[in-house]
Amino acid sequence: MEKKLIGRGVLVGAGSGLLAFVFARIFAEPIISKAIAYESGRDAAQALLDRASGITPEAAGSEIFSRTIQADIGLGVGLILLGAAMGALFAVAYVICLGRTGRVRPRQLSLLVATGGFLGMFLVPFIKYPANPPSIGHEDTIQQRGALYLILVFCSVLFLVLAVMLGQRLGKRFGNWNASLLAGAAYVVAVGIVMVIEPSLGHLHNNIAEYGRHATETPLPLRDPHGQIVYPGFSADLLFSFRFYSVAAQLILWAAIGLVFAPLAERLLTPDEVRSRREAVGV
Amino acid sequence: MSLSSASPLAVPLSTPLVTVQVRTVLLLAGTAFLALLAYYFIGVDEGAMSVFGKSTMIHEFFHDGRHFAGFPCH
Ligand SMILES: [Zn+2]
Repeated sequence: MEKKLIGRGVLVGAGSGLLAFVFARIFAEPIISKAIAYESGRDAAQALLDRASGITPEAAGSEIFSRTIQADIGLGVGLILLGAAMGALFAVAYVICLGRTGRVRPRQLSLLVATGGFLGMFLVPFIKYPANPPSIGHEDTIQQRGALYLILVFCSVLFLVLAVMLGQRLGKRFGNWNASLLAGAAYVVAVGIVMVIEPSLGHLHNNIAEYGRHATETPLPLRDPHGQIVYPGFSADLLFSFRFYSVAAQLILWAAIGLVFAPLAERLLTPDEVRSRREAVGV
Repeated sequence: MSLSSASPLAVPLSTPLVTVQVRTVLLLAGTAFLALLAYYFIGVDEGAMSVFGKSTMIHEFFHDGRHFAGFPCH
């Protein structure tokens, strides 16, 4: 039974990833293209400034894959694989929860676990370190940014698991409603503490040294030695759209996992005679 | 009508499906490990750290997805 459920989880995840890819290909790719155009334009302007002040500009790195391959195949394979991986983790959590969650039925449990995955794996870390389009992010801070992000994802998922366990313990004493509220509050406080401890990306040592103290790494206007703006800062509208679509794509991914897995699991887990009796009375 | 565990319409969920047995633990841990490996290669490898040294092949291939799925990138 566990094997079947996990197999379904991986397949449903891959399918949901495909759905997220279709969405991303239509809505996100035009934004990514604009962001890359901004980046190239900015690099060119920077090169002109450098040359004017007698510095030899760095040569641009050669491209391994064309933009078409990155946008059509790389993005597709990436999101389908990511969906399959999230579907697998989802199924593992689902299987562990089964039979340990009181009167929650298999179908409802699917939605609850998917909600947990969306929050824990993506949305909560996104609050502190939101998704960024190309051209945002300094190369010499990638190690720290990667580590900070993964630590937050790890804490967010770990605390979510602990909060569920806490809620189950408190349930006996305070009732389900109050226990859920208390566990939720504990989760918010615990994750909040990690978010406060972790630095904003703009406050990383390298960034302060090179660019001054700003909250983020979002490019500000480029100025010549006289302080004249020669290239604009990154478009706020573009940044908002990218992040909005990024959240939307994850919502599609996890909603599809939860909604499609629900009836599959219900069918696997419900004995035939119970199902036919249920259908007879229309439950 | 209440769906108590005695009702013929309720799904019996009072006992955990999986318990701490070597085979199930291995299955679940193995699945989780593979999933996290995929997560790592799509989102992190050849960025913050790299298992195949200073190549950028995987990074470049997954580049757009990496940005879009919220991972830190260039
Ligand atoms: Zn990038």
